[in-house]
Amino acid sequence: MAITVRNLTKYYGQEKAIDDISFDVKTGEILGFLGPNGAGKTTTMKIITCYMPPSKGTVDVDGHTIADHSLEVRRKIGYLPELNPLYLDMNVVEYLEYAARLHGIDKATLKRQLASMIEVCGLKEVRHKDIGELSKGYKQRVGLAQAMIHDPEVLILDEPTSGLDPNQIVEIRNLIRQLGRAKTVILSTHILSEVQATCDRVIIVNDGAIVADGTPEELQQKFRGSESIAIELRAQVANPMAEIFPKLKALSSVESVEYGGGENGCHRFSLFAAKGSDIREEIFRQAVQERWVLLELTRKVTSLEEVFHKLTKL
Amino acid sequence: MDFKRSLTNVGTIFQKELRSYFNSAVAYVVIVVFLAIVGWFHSNALFLANTASLRLMFELVPIVFMFIIPAVTMRLLSEEKKSGTIELLTTKPLIDVEIVLGKFLAAWALVGVSLLLTLVYYFTIAALGDIDSGPVFGGYFGLMLMAGIYVAMGLFASSLTDNQVIAFIVGFVLVFLFFMLDKVLLYVPEGLTSIVEFLSVDYHFSNIARGVVDSRDVLYFLSLLGFTLYLSVLSLERRKW
Repeated sequence: MAITVRNLTKYYGQEKAIDDISFDVKTGEILGFLGPNGAGKTTTMKIITCYMPPSKGTVDVDGHTIADHSLEVRRKIGYLPELNPLYLDMNVVEYLEYAARLHGIDKATLKRQLASMIEVCGLKEVRHKDIGELSKGYKQRVGLAQAMIHDPEVLILDEPTSGLDPNQIVEIRNLIRQLGRAKTVILSTHILSEVQATCDRVIIVNDGAIVADGTPEELQQKFRGSESIAIELRAQVANPMAEIFPKLKALSSVESVEYGGGENGCHRFSLFAAKGSDIREEIFRQAVQERWVLLELTRKVTSLEEVFHKLTKL
Repeated sequence: MDFKRSLTNVGTIFQKELRSYFNSAVAYVVIVVFLAIVGWFHSNALFLANTASLRLMFELVPIVFMFIIPAVTMRLLSEEKKSGTIELLTTKPLIDVEIVLGKFLAAWALVGVSLLLTLVYYFTIAALGDIDSGPVFGGYFGLMLMAGIYVAMGLFASSLTDNQVIAFIVGFVLVFLFFMLDKVLLYVPEGLTSIVEFLSVDYHFSNIARGVVDSRDVLYFLSLLGFTLYLSVLSLERRKW
């Protein structure tokens, strides 16, 4: 179930929430929508799910546009809105049945789907409890179960793990991964590790526009700055700045070196090399040659986090 | 548009809303309070006036409606707006008209049930003395139509805000305005009196309550009902502006 988003623009009054966003999602892909709060993630999702129309642009879900075939599109989509709104006075089974009926599921399918959602989402013990009495983690599962009760081909999840504790986050992520295998999923988040853990592809949005698009690895590659390596070595020298520093600096493709201090004959340095080069081996050889004892050597690769900061803190 | 599908959707929402009235105490409070107020005034009237008639009750119920109905309808849409569930509802394959109709019918049904329970008073009177059943039938019919208008107005008020208190007050004011129209005719410029009178709910109700069901009165109720419900649909669609 492919989704095509073209030139999406949305104004709230005078304010532009998203500006000319275009992207595609392939069938079976899990797409992470990453961006700081207020970047336009939720707005984009609200448009795709037909909650509100865009000011400009179109969305096409499997050949149906949101403008002309809104009901068709909504039938294919399972949606978990931001903050997971629920009817707190209904019990779990009542609520899931209600959601299923609104999707026009026939009785036999409803029964099967209900049983399978309760199983998959682990709702068995709480299925006759009022939703208002459930813990946040269970509520989130109910929200997910609701989004998938009609076995949609597309899942749109707006911050599915917000407000959960670390264990619950892992659970929900696994659930999404497991369920996402057969579906096209778009999930939004501002948590980076979430994207790395669950998504095949990432789109980073900032200020209503897409600033990066690719797999998590690609983005790391693309936005990698200079390589930085931290080392600590032991050498019996009187003046490390005179005896070690120049030798490190002289290594090929090292651009700069910083002395990080030291005591008892141990000295810390940070080396910065040109983008894409790997100087770890050279450092090792130099250390052997000079009879330094290499205590630590850490390569710092630009994390997605740094990519994110770089892109969104302009 | 698929009519059968629409009917199912309206039914689903109707059922859910009605269940939610009975799951919370709202339905029971409404029924008990309604019956108690109407019953107290009714029995007072019965013993003091010593007549076998429901005339006094039919004068009283519209006033009780004015307070009870906005309370019944206030949460219908404003609660969904506040909790965000409106987003769930409107992203399901439904059209807004179905949502409005389902909710309207549920609230109307609750008020209708309360009203029908007052038939107990009719039967007690019928057992005590001779009662002209024509005006009684007309009265109940008229009250049902009036309840429909008030529910639609309350629902509209609820669609305007995410605050239930505001929804109640706006609903009450709307209902009160239409109730008062034919009582302020003295202050209305002469050329407008007939129009204002025609717009008044009470005027048409008293016509029907006399036992004469005129198509003009029924038409008035139906068109006002349709118009008010349409306003709710428009208001629900405001998210798309």
